[in-house]
Amino acid sequence: MLSRVAEHLYWISRYVERAENTARLISVNSNLLLDLPDGIAPGWEPLVDIMGVRSDFDKRFKEPDERQVLKFLIADRSNAGSILSSLHFARENCRTVRDILPREIWEELNELYLYAQENVTVGLTKRGRFGFLRRVLYGSQLFIGILASVQSRDEAFDFLRIGRYLERADMTTRIIDVRSADLLPDDVADLRPFDTIQWVSVLHSLSAYQMYRRHMQTRVRRDAVLRFLFKDLHFPRAVRYCLDVVGECLGDLKNNEQALKSVHALVRKIDRTNVDTLDQTSLHEYIDDLQLNIIKLHNTMAVAYFPKSGQQQQQG
Amino acid sequence: MPIEFKTYEIPTFDEVMSRANRARSHAIPLLRTLREFDDEDLETRQHAAEMAIKEMGITFTVYSEGDAIDRAWPFDIVPRIIPKSEWDVVEAGLKQRVMALNLFIDDLYHGQKIVKDGVFPKEVLAKSKNFRPQCVGIDPPLGIWAHICGSDLVRDSDGTLYVLEDNLRVPSGVSYMLENRLITKRVFPELFNEYSPLPVDGYPSQLFDTLCDLAPKKRSNPEVAVLTPGIYNSAYFEHAYLAQQMGCELVEGRDLFVDKHDKVYMHTVAGPQRVDVIYRRIDDEFMDPEVFNKQSVLGVPGLMRAWKAGNVALANAPGAGVADDKVVYAFVPEIIRYYLDQDPLIPNVKTYRCMFEKERRYVLEHLQELVVKPANESGGYGMLMGPSSTKSERETFAKLIEQDPRNYIAQPVVGISTVPTVVGRKLEARHVDLRPFILSGGEIQVTAGGLTRVALRKGSLVVNSSQGGGSKDTWIVDIGVQ
Repeated sequence: MLSRVAEHLYWISRYVERAENTARLISVNSNLLLDLPDGIAPGWEPLVDIMGVRSDFDKRFKEPDERQVLKFLIADRSNAGSILSSLHFARENCRTVRDILPREIWEELNELYLYAQENVTVGLTKRGRFGFLRRVLYGSQLFIGILASVQSRDEAFDFLRIGRYLERADMTTRIIDVRSADLLPDDVADLRPFDTIQWVSVLHSLSAYQMYRRHMQTRVRRDAVLRFLFKDLHFPRAVRYCLDVVGECLGDLKNNEQALKSVHALVRKIDRTNVDTLDQTSLHEYIDDLQLNIIKLHNTMAVAYFPKSGQQQQQG
Repeated sequence: MPIEFKTYEIPTFDEVMSRANRARSHAIPLLRTLREFDDEDLETRQHAAEMAIKEMGITFTVYSEGDAIDRAWPFDIVPRIIPKSEWDVVEAGLKQRVMALNLFIDDLYHGQKIVKDGVFPKEVLAKSKNFRPQCVGIDPPLGIWAHICGSDLVRDSDGTLYVLEDNLRVPSGVSYMLENRLITKRVFPELFNEYSPLPVDGYPSQLFDTLCDLAPKKRSNPEVAVLTPGIYNSAYFEHAYLAQQMGCELVEGRDLFVDKHDKVYMHTVAGPQRVDVIYRRIDDEFMDPEVFNKQSVLGVPGLMRAWKAGNVALANAPGAGVADDKVVYAFVPEIIRYYLDQDPLIPNVKTYRCMFEKERRYVLEHLQELVVKPANESGGYGMLMGPSSTKSERETFAKLIEQDPRNYIAQPVVGISTVPTVVGRKLEARHVDLRPFILSGGEIQVTAGGLTRVALRKGSLVVNSSQGGGSKDTWIVDIGVQ
């Protein structure tokens, strides 16, 4: 398989996954804000931090209020991580490798982008937001479903999965990082009901609530949530699970020694760290370290598999 | 019935109706089928075809305002039918023509015997835009330069097919020929009961075999790649389509590199992989920045080195475009006689070469009846359309011709034939041309028919898809003697 094609496939998946994650995050935050009293509601600002676009946002907008943040995260084309930009980049990457992928993939990404472009104004209104975000979420899931049902398990499939799971691992760490920092200290007893609501919303942001309940068999608590989201071997958005998939795909490819080493190092870090005993500061440092290692893993793969010149694709 | 026999207007030679109320014999089964249609049938089927094209994603790209727009391929459901007895002659004529053109190109890059023998003027060669001095002395595999040729044919008012031009650089359109047949099968299946058109779907494997024939030193499993300028090229759909059909890689210039041993590789996820044959859909000028356009980012530095060393085959060979030129065209009958000692089986459109005194005198005396074309322009620039010209335009051209006779040719106006074409619920006569494709490798093969392009606007002769042209499926049918 051509290196250029591999790179396009990898980015198609990353961008689709990013659009889905952003859509879910916005949707969950909207719900959360309805449940919390004004005084303690974290508002919309944390989303800017989760997406790692704080400096870009500050340059262009004055106030991190609902309208501005949503505009930036959904519709702003100068924000390369906005839903509209992500879908645009996914489609453009797909256009160049139409001959490799099932025809329905191109058709869905094409249609999804055109939908988003046409309906973005409605999507920014309170009433239209839910339907808009749902279409984006379903589009991503349709994309995954089409691949699952008709794409051969070849190198192309490996690169599509690597892109998706690396983006996911990265996003899961971001959500935990920012959300746990907002969360209320454990010793403020009278706010405990709201505390639980927020940890629940962390799980919802990753569509993890139901699976958490079934597998952890415990009420929603910081330590258990952290263990589940970092270390679970079966939940497909848990960091450990995502890395296992990346490792499995790399196993099919040639020239994989360095990349596999990076994956194994990351897996070891996760297995050996007792996340539930980390205080807020150490947790933040730990997540920082994981994210740097995820970037390193990407770079190692880029050296091994992607064109030397690189396409200067942006990374969130 | 969607065709009104009595009022069907025939502006020139029509390939279905010889005159009002009178069908040509090979078209009788077509009309029999159409007679079963009510007015709505035609419209419904045309609509079904358009839906199928959208669904199958058959597009051509129009690049405008910084965005690449995929437009649906315009298609007319009524096939154009050509009797096999006629086609056999055309096929033989095209093979003869391409064989002679390849000998001609090879001669120009070697001894130039045809120039020394005074058959082809030195001045014409000196003025040729597409002659590449870098190719002199090169021996491409099998001595063939133009492996894929698309020649445009038109039928004059007397019913004869003429060659209008030969495209020897990167002719496109063959993917649409293949898709047109698939659509016709979907929307007009009953017509296949009346005729058994010769199949066209062998083309991708014939093309693949032709390309494999060129592989250096008979490498047992040659790696073939299609080189495209990228998604913004208007024929990108075709590049992707052919790569997919042949099961080979679709590459861009940046996917390839040439090492210090002059071998070509592509960057793959398993490391560099050797490439043996490149079907390049990119013009000479942009192919190798080391040799041609230095600014080109579409090409591959060192590609010419690798080709000259015989380490990679390029189809078509660099420099093949020298025969893709209006003045060279005018000499093709002589070229056929010179190399093959045969008379041409398909005629050229009569062409007057102003460089010769006798022909120039005729042109100057008959400007009002002729189309005058400058040799080194394309796209219709700097032409004189005699019948619609003013007196002062003709005087200007007379001066231009006298000043630089070598730069002008003139042709009579060709009455391009028509075929019934869907216009709303009815069929009306629309002008068509035909582009067959000729493959030259171990053997020479011609597509059964080719791509018929049709000018969809009434009276228009412009068949280009970017300017309101459409296309038709082309059927070569063996109807026996009637």
